[in-house]
Amino acid sequence: MKPKTADKIATTFIVFFALLIVAILVGLLGYILVRGLNHISWDFLTSAPQKIRAGGGVGPQLFNSLYLLVLTLLITVPLGLGAGIFMAEYARPGKLTNFIRLIVEVLSSFPSIIVGLFGLLLIVNYFDLGFSLVSGAIALTFFNLPLMVRITEQAFRTVPKAQKEAGFALGLSKWKIVTSVLLPVALPTIITGTILSAGRVFGEAAALMFTAGMSSPRLDFTDWNPLHSNSPLNPFRPAETLAVHIWKINSEGLAPDAIQIAAGASAVLVIMVLIFNLVARYFGRFIYRKLTASKRVN
Amino acid sequence: MVGRIYMSLCVLLLIVIIVSMVYFVASKGIANFISGEVKLTDFLFGTKWSPEGETPSFGALPFISGSFLVTLLAALIASPLSICAALFMTEIVPGWGKKLLQPVIELLSGIPSVVYGFVGLSVIVPFLRDTFPGQGIGVAAGALVLSVMILPTITSVAADALASLPQNLKESSFALGATRWQTISRVILPTTLPAIMTGVVLGMARAFGEALAVQMVIGNAPFVPRSLFESASTLTSVITLSMGNTTMGSTLNNALWSMALVLMLMTFVFVLLVRMLERRNKI
Repeated sequence: MKPKTADKIATTFIVFFALLIVAILVGLLGYILVRGLNHISWDFLTSAPQKIRAGGGVGPQLFNSLYLLVLTLLITVPLGLGAGIFMAEYARPGKLTNFIRLIVEVLSSFPSIIVGLFGLLLIVNYFDLGFSLVSGAIALTFFNLPLMVRITEQAFRTVPKAQKEAGFALGLSKWKIVTSVLLPVALPTIITGTILSAGRVFGEAAALMFTAGMSSPRLDFTDWNPLHSNSPLNPFRPAETLAVHIWKINSEGLAPDAIQIAAGASAVLVIMVLIFNLVARYFGRFIYRKLTASKRVN
Repeated sequence: MVGRIYMSLCVLLLIVIIVSMVYFVASKGIANFISGEVKLTDFLFGTKWSPEGETPSFGALPFISGSFLVTLLAALIASPLSICAALFMTEIVPGWGKKLLQPVIELLSGIPSVVYGFVGLSVIVPFLRDTFPGQGIGVAAGALVLSVMILPTITSVAADALASLPQNLKESSFALGATRWQTISRVILPTTLPAIMTGVVLGMARAFGEALAVQMVIGNAPFVPRSLFESASTLTSVITLSMGNTTMGSTLNNALWSMALVLMLMTFVFVLLVRMLERRNKI
């Protein structure tokens, strides 16, 4: 075969497969949205699920997912920022730093089911927190923390050296440089990364089955006292999230419209992930302009 | 000073988390072998899984082989696709190719695994049932769902590797009169192979540990599958299904923890492989 012909054939193949991936995504999103959207209504989003009869909603599950996400970010953001800044600015190259890097890498490649099992063993049983939002949030912390560390570290590393040197030239302390020179510049990247990781946490199910539990108590949405057992805000109650709910109705759903509920809930989940993606993109740029009074280069 | 102490504590916490994770899973995982209730060789190579039988046997080979089978199949399906996508983004149409595929890859990696499982259950399984013998659920369905899930991982690593290739390598190949495909197949791919392999290994690590999507479509039969369209199980799917129904400390429960230990050890193997490939890539 002539090289020219081979080149043409190969190019066709590559273009075909690349476009196939686009087609897979379009098909996937199209299928989920078309199947799910006509089942989504205000009632579906707010009402409680039904066990055996048709017509249940996903209200508590949706609330649980969002609340759990807030709890998780409350724990992971400060910890991840701390460890990430340490890795980027303070850790000296050496055996210990390499070891920490290895730990972050291993922790982020652990299957989420292992994280869930560990949570079951340590938090749910050993520390006796039971199946609860707190247990789920802590398990998700193990899952999300390495990501946050990496995001923070990378964001700090991309800050131009000149900025730091200018700070030193002005006689600022290292801590001052980190907090008032580097952090504002790195913040947009960190926020973008955090929102994207939030999308991942939002859809996580395997780690939550064994920690946050697979059921929700009857929630009273008029009672906002976090200490009452039926209050939605009570962090020590079990909580089934949207992703866990989808898994459960697909595996053992008894309601006659289980498949429609799964479709609707999947659509809600995917729409939330899409929103997280869009928000991450625009919010990062917005914050950057606010904090630095300059336009972003790219 | 306070900031420094706080940051050191954060790092310390990371170390504590991973050390305790390894310790707890390992100590639970080897409990059966230490007490002698299950022999290590029986667990690893036994093909019979009947924890409720009269003489209970805990052979985990069906699950171990199922895990490896779907992972390898998924990598075989996803790798060529991903490499093509990466070439498309960097070599064929670098401009709009990247603009088109970058968001696609990001969205694909953002879709939660239960949604993949749901789509697999309602699209791939019926399709397989109608076109091939068998129930539709099984190894093939699991591998197909997983391959879509790991596409973004392999593609983004491969695209990074191709983009960071020194420009003059390509230019000298073109200057010798090579066509684009000759340059890609004889210069670009061989040079970037270790880096692309890193992506494949990362994808396999994700596939090996994925639980719910696989559990939904693979059928969960405790046998070593003899064909692609037969039901099988993976380590993760058995753990997901059985862990909630067993009592802590029972032999069955500990056997499930042994499987978790196998998963964990495999994660270490994957991380080790990635590190080795990265080292090779530097030279």
